[in-house]
Amino acid sequence: MTAIPLWVRRPAGERVGWLRTVDHKAIGVLYIGMGVAFFAVGGLEALLLRAQLATPEAGLVDPETFNQAFTVHGVTMILLAVVPLLVGFANYMVPLMIGAPDVAFPRLNALSFWLSLVGGVVLYFSFLAGGAPDTGWFSYAPLSERAFAPGTGVDYYILGLAVNGAGTIIGAINLSVTILLMRCPGMAISRVPLFVWMTLVTSVLILGAYPALTAALVMLLVDRQLAGHFFDPAGGGQAVLWQHLFWFFGHPEVYIMVLPAMGMISEVIPVFSRKPIFGYGFVAGSSVAIAFLSFGVWAHHMFAVGLGDTENAIFSATSMLIAIPTGVKIFNWIATMIGGRLRMTTAMLFAVGFIAMFVIGGLSGVSLAVVPIDLAVTDSYYVVAHLHYVLFGGTMLGIFAGAYYWFPKMTGRLLSERLGRWHFWLTFAGFNLTFLPQHWLGAVGMPRRVFTYAASTGWGPLNLISTIGAAILAIAMVVFFVNLVRSLRSGEIAGDDPWDAFTLEWSTTSPPPPENFATIPAVTGRRPLWDRKHPEARDKS
Amino acid sequence: MTADRTLLGVAIFIASESVFFLAIVLAYVAYRDAGLATAKANLDIGRTAIFSIALFASSGTMALAARARSGTWLAATMALGAIFLVGQGSEYARLLGEGIGPGSALFGTTFFTLTGLHGIHVLAGLVALAALLTANLGRPRAVRAVAWEAVSFYWHFVDAVWVVVFSVVYLGTLL
Repeated sequence: MTAIPLWVRRPAGERVGWLRTVDHKAIGVLYIGMGVAFFAVGGLEALLLRAQLATPEAGLVDPETFNQAFTVHGVTMILLAVVPLLVGFANYMVPLMIGAPDVAFPRLNALSFWLSLVGGVVLYFSFLAGGAPDTGWFSYAPLSERAFAPGTGVDYYILGLAVNGAGTIIGAINLSVTILLMRCPGMAISRVPLFVWMTLVTSVLILGAYPALTAALVMLLVDRQLAGHFFDPAGGGQAVLWQHLFWFFGHPEVYIMVLPAMGMISEVIPVFSRKPIFGYGFVAGSSVAIAFLSFGVWAHHMFAVGLGDTENAIFSATSMLIAIPTGVKIFNWIATMIGGRLRMTTAMLFAVGFIAMFVIGGLSGVSLAVVPIDLAVTDSYYVVAHLHYVLFGGTMLGIFAGAYYWFPKMTGRLLSERLGRWHFWLTFAGFNLTFLPQHWLGAVGMPRRVFTYAASTGWGPLNLISTIGAAILAIAMVVFFVNLVRSLRSGEIAGDDPWDAFTLEWSTTSPPPPENFATIPAVTGRRPLWDRKHPEARDKS
Repeated sequence: MTADRTLLGVAIFIASESVFFLAIVLAYVAYRDAGLATAKANLDIGRTAIFSIALFASSGTMALAARARSGTWLAATMALGAIFLVGQGSEYARLLGEGIGPGSALFGTTFFTLTGLHGIHVLAGLVALAALLTANLGRPRAVRAVAWEAVSFYWHFVDAVWVVVFSVVYLGTLL
């Protein structure tokens, strides 16, 4: 029986443009490029917000523009920057790390990327079509209903997120099938690198969470375009249904964004401590626990809604439970470093920075899980500070760690360590200067999403410090972009394995050939490349 | 190996689709009481049951088609699926004629959203069936076995969703 091949493999050597490529590495680069571009745009939006808030009663932007800016900033950073960056690294690295020639469905992989990108373009098209969405990134009903948001901004939000989400769902299907069925001989599921494991867990989270968002978006679209009543209290609907559906997606989304970054530092820390990870099973297992619990905590975003004391107490308890598997991981990483021969490269600095900042974000998260505290600071800058410690201090620092670690594999050249140090310390200082004061601002009552405040509130000085921090953060990002561009052109040649690393992606050339490996590798442990280099001291696992 | 990949991919896709439908069904159930009187007064259970039988039967013809790789049974599956959609269309026309639409009241909103989304999935299934039928008419030996299994898998899923929707929306009015 002659078979129609699933996709057309082009002969080696033929150049395929970026538009037509189905190579997982090229698509990974496309995803990362999309993430970097939207990260820059979202960052500029954040600078606009901080500039407006630097002094009381400022008039740099009008309230309508401010509302659009914080809405689009949130959506951009979460769905168009962080998720594509993480999916991009997963796309590039997972097949290499498990010794596979490509992902399971290469053409579908290209479709995922282009859907994700088109979703972002549709969202941004709203600026040209009469105004961006201005209802906040979680777009609560009834504010997002036609009666209160009569422009087309929310409609572009719905379409953009639905299309982007379809791309992300298809990508998750692809990555999970790849990890489940395409591991090289000897690569038992209990031996996959932790970044691969985190990608698998994240894919499961995406598959459980994103469809709930899509469903909510469809309902909102029916309300807006067909005069439906899902979230319309006047027509018998319940606005709180939107909140339930949105946060059923929204809270797992937090772990969708943080687990892969945890996977990245779980690769970086062992390599630069010259030790295997401490408690592989606990790191892997606690991620499953986090994923499982993350579907049972969504209403902690809704304590102030008035669900009732019993509901609030239950969701408070489940939210606090998540601190346990998360804390387990913190100890795993620290224990990996204890007694290790530490090499404080830029990648390692960012990984250690992740641990420190994520602990702060995690602890403020536990404080928000306490219902009375949440009621006091809900919708205040305390929440803004918390989420940025998790998503910037955590996820973004993890992504930077991964970027410095894997850039040599992807390009064949090392990023500059000198600029890297500037990048790290400016980021670290700028980040804390921006967001640490926001805890105090929130505690003394500054609400989030206000476009200005009276001088008599006394919030001016802390806001000015926060804005200065944001400017330093912007300089740090410029340093990073300069580092990217310069190292790409004239960085030090990396060789196959510049870090003396442990996992399979370092066993092939930098960058890898189209088929990844000359021969499919066979492995006998969790650190196949270490085993190959040190046959006398191979891992027993 | 490739066949395993495809079927696992379809299975995971169906799992995520199930979450999607679960959310819509939950919304329907949450608002059921508000629309129950309208549903009891206006839904035509008998007629819809007959059209539902066409869809349920199409799962049987699909199984026969996949087992024998038979274009004839595939065409029969398509015909049954199309009959179901015609039934749904006529139900819609009747309700709209009586002034019940997605914007009229909560029942209309939830009813048209849930059944409409299912209908779109049936339509997508018909497209997949048509693609398979066309490929099979052209060069039957070139169509891989997994294509039959994958399309069949999806079609059974669409059918299973209707079992839930028909029970919740139509049989639910008898309670």
